Amino acid sequence: MTADRGTPRPWADLPALAARLRGEIVRMTTQAGSGHPSSSMSAIDAMVVLYFGGFLRYDPRMPAWPDRDRFILSKGHACPALYACLAEAGYFPPERLMTLRHLGSPLEGHPNMRRVPGVEASTGSLGQGLSLGVGHALAARFDGRSFRTWVMLGDGECQEGQVWEAAMTAAKYRLANLTAVVDYNKFQQSGAVAEINDLEPFADKWRAFGWEAREVDGHDFNALREAFAAASAERARPGVVLAHTVKGKGVSFVEADWTYHGRAIKPADEAKALEELRWR
Amino acid sequence: MALTMGKSTREAFGLALAELGATRPDLVVLDGDVNNSTRTEHFRERFPDRFVNVGIAEANLVGVAAGLAASGKTPVLASFAAFLLCNAYDQIRMGVAFPALNVKLVGSHSGISIGQDGPSQMAIEDVALACSLPGFRVVVPCDEVSTAAATRAMVAEPGPVYLRCGRPEVPVVYPNGCDFRIGRAIRLRDGSDVTLVANGLMVPMALEAADTLASRGVKARVLDLHTVKPLDESAIVDAARQTRGIVVAEEHLAAGGLGSAVAAVVAREHPARVRYVNLGDTYAESGAPPELLEKYGLTAERIVGSALELAR
Repeated sequence: MTADRGTPRPWADLPALAARLRGEIVRMTTQAGSGHPSSSMSAIDAMVVLYFGGFLRYDPRMPAWPDRDRFILSKGHACPALYACLAEAGYFPPERLMTLRHLGSPLEGHPNMRRVPGVEASTGSLGQGLSLGVGHALAARFDGRSFRTWVMLGDGECQEGQVWEAAMTAAKYRLANLTAVVDYNKFQQSGAVAEINDLEPFADKWRAFGWEAREVDGHDFNALREAFAAASAERARPGVVLAHTVKGKGVSFVEADWTYHGRAIKPADEAKALEELRWR
Repeated sequence: MALTMGKSTREAFGLALAELGATRPDLVVLDGDVNNSTRTEHFRERFPDRFVNVGIAEANLVGVAAGLAASGKTPVLASFAAFLLCNAYDQIRMGVAFPALNVKLVGSHSGISIGQDGPSQMAIEDVALACSLPGFRVVVPCDEVSTAAATRAMVAEPGPVYLRCGRPEVPVVYPNGCDFRIGRAIRLRDGSDVTLVANGLMVPMALEAADTLASRGVKARVLDLHTVKPLDESAIVDAARQTRGIVVAEEHLAAGGLGSAVAAVVAREHPARVRYVNLGDTYAESGAPPELLEKYGLTAERIVGSALELAR
């Protein structure tokens, strides 16, 4: 077990760590025979930077520590990425990852905060996580606590009206202790976001709603670090980081095929995927 | 025995909530911009720093409350029952019920007795929706005294609660106070011929019906079944065993309300005849509240008629 007690890893190690966790995502969804590997693989780099790049304060021995930073995965279908991070952080043994989606396993198809230590919200019905984040950020203010709340949203999810209700409330209360990260991987269940219900001009929308918006390459670790640091330094308003990502990042035949949204890599293709990820 | 007119249950809730604010610093009250209707305005006036108005955004309202609860606060949110339960049902399911968070939901303007604003504002399905949520407690008090007690009990009770309030002023059923416990029916009248079970504004009508029945030689037991979930099953079973039948009166659709809950217990534990006084399977319309209650059959007379069928 590689519990790090919330302390950052050497910065130079993060890309390799992310590649290894991508391999875990492939392995756990392939053994399950279902799940959303490609949505997890687009999101994992940003999550690795948050969990292991020194942004999230947490202690896996105390999941209910009141001053912990919150990470809410609003796009709950990407939970293989979250589970991989939580196992790596020491919340539960990594062997458990291979029980994903099995009856009796706490690692359900979408996250259940009552069953998995470190999971801050039960999600899976899209559009709801940012409101939860607003609630946590308000609680921090009421209680005079300094924790930061991070909410990761999917791009397609931002078609839900509740996201924008929450965005308005966060701006009204000037919740500078709240940061949203959008995994902007450009595809949703039945095709391209731009064709189904385009979000552009996306950054302008957030700005119009009173947010500080930054756009970065969501697979560039230094760019993510810079954007997260700037968002953490906000004092006047909530910030959003639009992380431009590639759905299925790291495995060529998944990157090339958006229909991987809701399905696992077949066992016959697993070795090829893991080889591309140099997983071992 | 005529009852004196009292406050509306929404007003009683609002006043009790503001009182609780003084002793419960963990209370946060949330509003979807209807605080002068739900009467959370009383809390807002006294504790503006712990009052959050998210505007007209019920889905977000519920989600923000869930986040507050997950970080240890005790959120109480109030809106029109129709908008809260119907508009934000999935947010209640995912944000409150599934994770069993300590969120208190209060729906005002329930039933058809809101009157002239019409069916879009009338919650007639909210009890069914709330009862369908695992772990929820669903409370429908009848007057100002029991509503104040229910508000205190709701805040003291860990976990999700739905409290249903109404718009009109209603008679005082408990002028001398009431021993209010969530999940425990209150026996207002003893009687061995029939049982009248009611909640909300049908309780004073059940009492009126019991008086009429007494004048005709029929002794009616009257139960205030203010908690629809968890249901006081022993009170129902006793009624089924000890009287000749049960009339269930509620300001709600037939499906999924108090009547359904009572029938399920009776069918399982002690089959008995049951009659229903409710809205059946229809939306109402605009009109003055007393006219609406009359037109849609929510009256003491109808309770009497149903009881006489059973008492024969």
